[in-house]
Amino acid sequence: MLAKRIIPCLDVADGRVVKGVNFLGLRDAGDPVEIAKRYDEEEADELVFLDIRASTDNRETMLDVVRRTAEQVFMPLCVGGGIRTIEDIRTLLAAGADKVSINTPALLNPDFIDESASRFGSQCIVVAIDGKRAPDGRQVVHSHGGRDGGRATEREVISWAMEAERRGAGEILLTSMDRDGTKDGFNIPLTRAVADAVSVPVIASGGAGNLEHLREALVEGGADAALAASIFHFQECTIREAKEYLAKHNVPVRC
Amino acid sequence: MIAITDYGMGNLRSAQKGFEQAGHRAVVTDDPAVIHDADAVVLPGVGAFKDCYEGLCSRGLVDPVKEAAASGKPFLGICIGLQLLFEESEEGGVSPGLGILPGRVVRFPEAKQTGLKVPHMGWNQLKRVPDRACKLLTEAEESPYVYFVHSYYAQPADESLVLATCEYGVEFAALVGRGNVYAVQFHPEKSQTQGIGILRSFGNLAKAAE
Repeated sequence: MLAKRIIPCLDVADGRVVKGVNFLGLRDAGDPVEIAKRYDEEEADELVFLDIRASTDNRETMLDVVRRTAEQVFMPLCVGGGIRTIEDIRTLLAAGADKVSINTPALLNPDFIDESASRFGSQCIVVAIDGKRAPDGRQVVHSHGGRDGGRATEREVISWAMEAERRGAGEILLTSMDRDGTKDGFNIPLTRAVADAVSVPVIASGGAGNLEHLREALVEGGADAALAASIFHFQECTIREAKEYLAKHNVPVRC
Repeated sequence: MIAITDYGMGNLRSAQKGFEQAGHRAVVTDDPAVIHDADAVVLPGVGAFKDCYEGLCSRGLVDPVKEAAASGKPFLGICIGLQLLFEESEEGGVSPGLGILPGRVVRFPEAKQTGLKVPHMGWNQLKRVPDRACKLLTEAEESPYVYFVHSYYAQPADESLVLATCEYGVEFAALVGRGNVYAVQFHPEKSQTQGIGILRSFGNLAKAAE
């Protein structure tokens, strides 16, 4: 049976992990490669690097991080942030990324999804969607890095997810901006609505605060994978503990 | 030395690093002479079947790959590299394959019919075929989890080719083999310890043959 995936996410700026990571026994808790190795040992199912600075002169630094990680870590690696062109995708894949996550460029030019999927295959094109509840209750897609507030677009989350799939996205990375960083749990109704609307895998993101939250996203939310940052970074729990908890609650996981 | 066939499709660095991690030396090459002289040959592949086949053709690698498979030295197809070994794929109309193994490549049933998402993406378990010992699985757990990403799978015309299966709506061939020719639908280079063990076992076949 296909296992539900647990995916730690690392926010990277200028080649360093930001937002803090507090692993015991790491020589350098800010080095993304060291942390990636740690998650590999814990048998994370996949790893996401999010380049939150992503300025042009910072690209080479990120490519170097990806290269060094891919040399030492033998699990799927997804990189997002700052991808604007087909050439950006090509260089990231050549550096060792297995997937790229695209957000703002897809919103500015939806044909970018079609182009990148036909060029590199849907399997490596993840469309990231940052959704935020508007005062009228609609879930509105935000561009330009939802984590800093972003910019509201005209699009709604469900219809954009369906369009992204139709255009060739192989996976949807869905972040609830209202929940991101709160540790109050994932937005389950939103996750469920997107998971039901598309037939490609959905990664739930934003709000993980404990192990039960992961279970909710994967079971009630119907997500194929749950992404989390701080609960793993600060060793509130290990990936292994998360898997054991999920297995005990009859969620199919690899452990 | 293991030759990883480079025909312009995707990044082969991870396959090379996977073999190194497993203790074997591997080179990425599009040189027919290097493929000819290698102790073992790997045919990787990501992307669309047709693009992969055309990549092999345009680099003049169809015959060198066929010769390697026929030579008796260990040969391993990975992902699309497994699919290419068969006679044809229904991806993008009907596209011809290398025809090294009998059978064809078909698409998973749509989500509407099975409730299962396509592509089949993530970690799934291998099921060994009883009484058909596979030399690639000597180090592996009984039913190891390995990483898959694919929308199509091979249906070998000869059932005896199937060495391990995987369940995803249908039970499909995840590991096939005949003589020196092996192929896996999953990505051993992305399957952590279990995958590296499979690469090590494959490389050991080459060493044993020396």
